[in-house]
Amino acid sequence: MARELWKGNEAFAEAAVRAGLQAYFGYPITPQTEALEYLSARMPELGRAFLQAESELGAINMVYGAACTGARVMTSTSSPGTSLMMEGLSYIAATEVPMVLVDVVRGGPGLGTIQPSQGDYNQIVHGGGHGDYHCIVLAPSTVQEAVDQVYEIFDLAEKYRSIGVILLDGTIGQMIEPAEMPPMREIRKEIPEWAVRGGTGSNKRVLTSVHLVPEDMEVLDLRLIKKWQEVEKNEVRFTEYYMDDAKIAVVGFGTAGRIALSAVRTARALGIPVGLIRPISLSPFPYQAIKEAAAQVDHILVVEMNSGMMLEDVMKVVKDSTNVEFYGRMGGIMPFPDEILSEIQRIASGTTPSDIHPRDRWLKRMESVVDF
Amino acid sequence: MQNETVIAGFGGQGVLFLGKVMAYAALFEDLKVTWFPSYGPEMRGGTANCTVVISDEEIGSPQVKNPKAIVVMNRPSLDKYEHMVAPGGYLVINTSMVNRKATRTDIHVLEIPSVELAEELGDKRLANTIILGALNEKAKFLKKESLLKGLEESLSHGKKDLLEINKKAMEKGAAYITTQ
Repeated sequence: MARELWKGNEAFAEAAVRAGLQAYFGYPITPQTEALEYLSARMPELGRAFLQAESELGAINMVYGAACTGARVMTSTSSPGTSLMMEGLSYIAATEVPMVLVDVVRGGPGLGTIQPSQGDYNQIVHGGGHGDYHCIVLAPSTVQEAVDQVYEIFDLAEKYRSIGVILLDGTIGQMIEPAEMPPMREIRKEIPEWAVRGGTGSNKRVLTSVHLVPEDMEVLDLRLIKKWQEVEKNEVRFTEYYMDDAKIAVVGFGTAGRIALSAVRTARALGIPVGLIRPISLSPFPYQAIKEAAAQVDHILVVEMNSGMMLEDVMKVVKDSTNVEFYGRMGGIMPFPDEILSEIQRIASGTTPSDIHPRDRWLKRMESVVDF
Repeated sequence: MQNETVIAGFGGQGVLFLGKVMAYAALFEDLKVTWFPSYGPEMRGGTANCTVVISDEEIGSPQVKNPKAIVVMNRPSLDKYEHMVAPGGYLVINTSMVNRKATRTDIHVLEIPSVELAEELGDKRLANTIILGALNEKAKFLKKESLLKGLEESLSHGKKDLLEINKKAMEKGAAYITTQ
């Protein structure tokens, strides 16, 4: 299959089709709508289910129902829609049925903007819905990665009977890049052992998120955590650039990560020993890679399109071993590489150690950039 | 090697289309490319722009502060983008829709009366293609044959009959700018 030009939203939709998507339920919201529009034509063409629900609440509960039958099922939305889906996601997590959610993040909180943001990090990576559960979360930085990750995450979701989330943003959703599509998989014919099939008597199966006896609920909770340990052991992904001799490590995911790559390249050309770590699995988070980097470098610069949500995960392992700095843009503003380059240069020219939280130091510096 | 082009104008001037032609051309040359459109409220208000980054290595940011080339199809775009062109870069002005001169002297300014030139070919909708022909003749970001193939690909959905005249428009833009 040759490289073709694909718009991010349409590309991940087609990748899902090729992964054997059997049913899609969704509701339009910018900057994700092209995915839904694409599937509204593509799914019926293949005799598969597409349904535009009355709202995101309807969509996620349709996903829940279809997932209980063992079908490969997906929904996609953007931040305000993701918030609406949180109750359903918690129910799905408790029921341990696999599904895939693509969240094309936009600026928030509230109805916010429709421009690119990474402000859903906490709601996706650290819960959002109630109770103790984890989702497997992958963050692509290119259209090709969005394709590859969507194609793969159905398998991960099924392997762990878990929710798989692709966290991208309006940039990747709206951008056109060359991408190579994976081969079309056949729709899976066998029904998973746990799936409900409408059987009665000895064939009866029950999938539920209700466990009224606390002792039963605690068993489920503990089992979910034990299962998550397996995910943490097996599914950590990240990539590194120019880290071999780096003394400064930039850490950024998705769009912020690729913008940082431009800045890192320019800084390298100026002779600054800087590298980049781009987490690909946000959950499970590549703690070990960050820990190892912290032992190697003098400074870590976390770059995000939010107020430093991943920053907290980085700081959790770095502790006081290495100076941590932060740079972020919010509300739908994408940083230019020059802004990140300036931060790298500022750090390279020598910063004084500080007890003040990196976010507070960044906020102070932002006062000269934005009037707020 | 990396170059960046911003194309800006009113909705309907073929701004996004030009970017796609360049993206296809880059694909034919086996280069890396990103095409990133404005998709926000400004688009709904009538203005549109896109950024095309072409590189021979993995592309980082899909937008840059100082692009190598900026095409302004209307006056608001000139006012907004003139200061952003990288020194030594290209500013292409659609003089049919812009009533002032550029003030920068450290860049190449290409002035194209695109609508008048398009009318000479009998269809003023060709103005955008004429602009692209002129830009590429000077900036040489892409091979001419690749752009022609890019046109063919971009016009493949029920607009095939417009291909020949668009090819002529690209040649006309190139010919015009070499005589300036």
